[in-house]
Amino acid sequence: MSEPLVFQFDVDGNDFTSAGRASVQVKKLLRELGLPADVIRRVSIAMYEGEINMVIHANGGVAEVRVDERDITIILTDRGPGIPDVNLAMQEGYSTATRSIQSLGFGAGMGLPNMKRYTDEMRIDTEVGVGTTITMVIHLPQPQ
Amino acid sequence: MKISELRQDIFRPLCLPDPDRDIRGVYMGDLLSWVMGRAEEDNAWITIMSNRNVIAVASLISVSCVILTEDVTLDADVLALAEQKEINIFTTALSSYDACIALYRMLNE
Ligand SMILES: Nc1ncnc2c1ncn2[C@@H]1O[C@H](COP(=O)(O)OP(=O)(O)OP(=O)(O)O)[C@@H](O)[C@H]1O
Ligand SMILES: [Mg+2]
Repeated sequence: MSEPLVFQFDVDGNDFTSAGRASVQVKKLLRELGLPADVIRRVSIAMYEGEINMVIHANGGVAEVRVDERDITIILTDRGPGIPDVNLAMQEGYSTATRSIQSLGFGAGMGLPNMKRYTDEMRIDTEVGVGTTITMVIHLPQPQ
Repeated sequence: MKISELRQDIFRPLCLPDPDRDIRGVYMGDLLSWVMGRAEEDNAWITIMSNRNVIAVASLISVSCVILTEDVTLDADVLALAEQKEINIFTTALSSYDACIALYRMLNE
């Protein structure tokens, strides 16, 4: 088995007008690796939503993407406020976004549900006052 | 229908770096994560939002163009980003509702 490819990105928490940079770069890298278009799309959407959440809710963090023969794994880590009620946060339409963030087009409360919908596995580890780590896995189609 | 075949008296191009794209279906929406989750590849995306995040979303989900309604335009830096990411952008005086109707007619002519 070959070593997984690992990409890491700093996500700047102060600059939410140009947030999404890491996701756009990952999309490009996955294209260069020749992965199937629908896999790239799902990874891009899930990662963008997670990246934006880190910027608007957690003051930035670190994004890591691992690619091996079986899966793509996205790990988003922040030291933000944490999520007090994960079940509530996962509900479509639930958002704590402020008005100024809503005016940028965020705050529909659809980000976490999108992340769940477009990945095969998703896990949220969070502690109030400490931070949040979200791990998402997308399986690659296997040759028969 | 190719985006280059849109009626340019109604949909005015602001930048067309990728004019050979096809329009297959339309999605209208201003809430970005809603658009992220629901719009499909090659849709024309109708919106009144015009900040940089629109370009990031358009690029990630591969819509064939963004149509800004109500005469919304892009700031020069956002337009430069659209050029660089090869996102086709139009503007129109129509409301989002009327833009949907006009597109429907053009797509079904
Ligand atoms: N990394 C995070 N740190 C702290 N809170 C978070 C984080 N991610 C999400 N949340 C909380 O969960 C809520 C729901 O997140 P979700 O992404 O679904 O919606 P949103 O970001 O508010 O709006 P949208 O994603 O539709 O633009 C957020 O409003 C926020 O309260
Ligand atoms: Mg979100």
